[in-house]
Amino acid sequence: MIYADNAATTKMSPAAVRAMISVAEECWGNPSSLYEHGQRAKDVLEAARKDVAAVIGADAKEILFTSGGSEADNQAIRSAAALGAKAGKKHIISTAFEHHAVLHTLERLKQEGYEVTLLDVHENGIVRPEEVEAALREDTCLVSIMYANNEIGTIQPIREIGAICRARNVLFHTDAVQAVGHIPVNVAEDCVDLLSASAHKFHGPKGVGFLYARKGVRLTNLIEGGAQERGRRAGTENVPGIAAMAAALKEADGAREANAARLTAVRDRLIAELKTIPHSALNGDAERRLPGNVNFCFEGIEGESLLLLLDDKGIAASSGSACTSGSLDPSHVLLAIGRVHDVAHGSLRLSIGEDITDEQAETIVRSVKEVVEYLRGISPIWRDLTSGKKKFIL
Amino acid sequence: MALYSEKVMDHFRNPRNVGIIEDANGIGEVGNAKCGDIMKMYLKIEDDIIRDVKFETFGCGSAIASSSMATELIKGKPVSEAMKLTNQAVAEALDGLPAYKMHCSVLAEEAIQSALEDYRKRTGKEG
Repeated sequence: MIYADNAATTKMSPAAVRAMISVAEECWGNPSSLYEHGQRAKDVLEAARKDVAAVIGADAKEILFTSGGSEADNQAIRSAAALGAKAGKKHIISTAFEHHAVLHTLERLKQEGYEVTLLDVHENGIVRPEEVEAALREDTCLVSIMYANNEIGTIQPIREIGAICRARNVLFHTDAVQAVGHIPVNVAEDCVDLLSASAHKFHGPKGVGFLYARKGVRLTNLIEGGAQERGRRAGTENVPGIAAMAAALKEADGAREANAARLTAVRDRLIAELKTIPHSALNGDAERRLPGNVNFCFEGIEGESLLLLLDDKGIAASSGSACTSGSLDPSHVLLAIGRVHDVAHGSLRLSIGEDITDEQAETIVRSVKEVVEYLRGISPIWRDLTSGKKKFIL
Repeated sequence: MALYSEKVMDHFRNPRNVGIIEDANGIGEVGNAKCGDIMKMYLKIEDDIIRDVKFETFGCGSAIASSSMATELIKGKPVSEAMKLTNQAVAEALDGLPAYKMHCSVLAEEAIQSALEDYRKRTGKEG
């Protein structure tokens, strides 16, 4: 199998698996227990907290372990909203192409009387800092903008936005699920107040993530119970998972520059090759994007059939077509960058991993070309387009 | 478990009766690109028998498989029999479709009916 869906999830690294097993076997005590065996688990937990904090330039006390990125997003937004409400501020700024963990939380807050401004992400899939600044109001309590988009991989000008928010004294949250471990992230330099991350996107286990909350930003609990995580997130900690996350992140961060250089080279080759397919278009900015992300629209075909035929050729990828999103609409991300429904259905996301070989990249290109050509050959839309009955969009 | 039955995958991977009929006397197109599914059916009817049928489909795996199966179910059959084709029959012949994909079989039924309607109009044979 050629796995090109690393934005969906990654394979656990051997170091992460080893950490998970060794903690499960040897440090399985409850970190809240006072005896030696419990305290050993507590040591593992705190060492992991330190490691994770170091990678993003935070203090260990600012890291809260969660069940993953979605929980971290929910808690960050809910917390900022609660702080805002206390000060009579109930306006939130975000973007139209956030992950649903953010968008659905904002929808809920709208029902609770908050006002939400969703900024345009433009054709290149990048938010403009000046538009963030222009949208800020006296009653804005939170700006939440993702670090890098999960579908089209575009990297946002987080540092500029962070500086604007800090100067205006507005809390800034970033969903960095796709960024951490892949591109440099530093909460101090980026002026980020709240940041969400998920272990399984950087070769850690599923069901584990973390929330960074800058010292002084008071969090609202989503889960009430015991006093774990300094009282901000109840429930006995997933110590093996957390240890595995820290091991994976340390490793990913250590190899980050080398990985990014290699991935970027392969990514750019894939983009250059796939561009030669007529009536296709790259989605999102060509340069300001994640090292492993390639996302195209191919006119005249539908994404699910494309994925199934690629699967037959041993390639695992994803699409933003309605049929793969489980709804009638194609990806909200593709619609947000201005792709019309007709072409958004024919999208393909390849998110390659560090271990991809040149030969595999060639196989991907050859296979995508073959499948697109085949599906166009049986598509009535393609016939209408090529016969001039319909106008090409791409 | 796989997303689709073996039958669906077979008709998706090796669709029967793909293409167009230049001298078709019944053509039907249903669906729209906005929703992500378009089926176009071509019929060649002689002596009230469907001598040939071809299709082109823009859509997901089950849309392509449903089109293919629908053409197989009516090929060589009298028009009166083809008119009775239901989406249920298409779905059953494919050993079932996931619930959220049943609309693909509906689209296949509608494409066939639309092509038959076109044939009736062209030949002046009502109902």
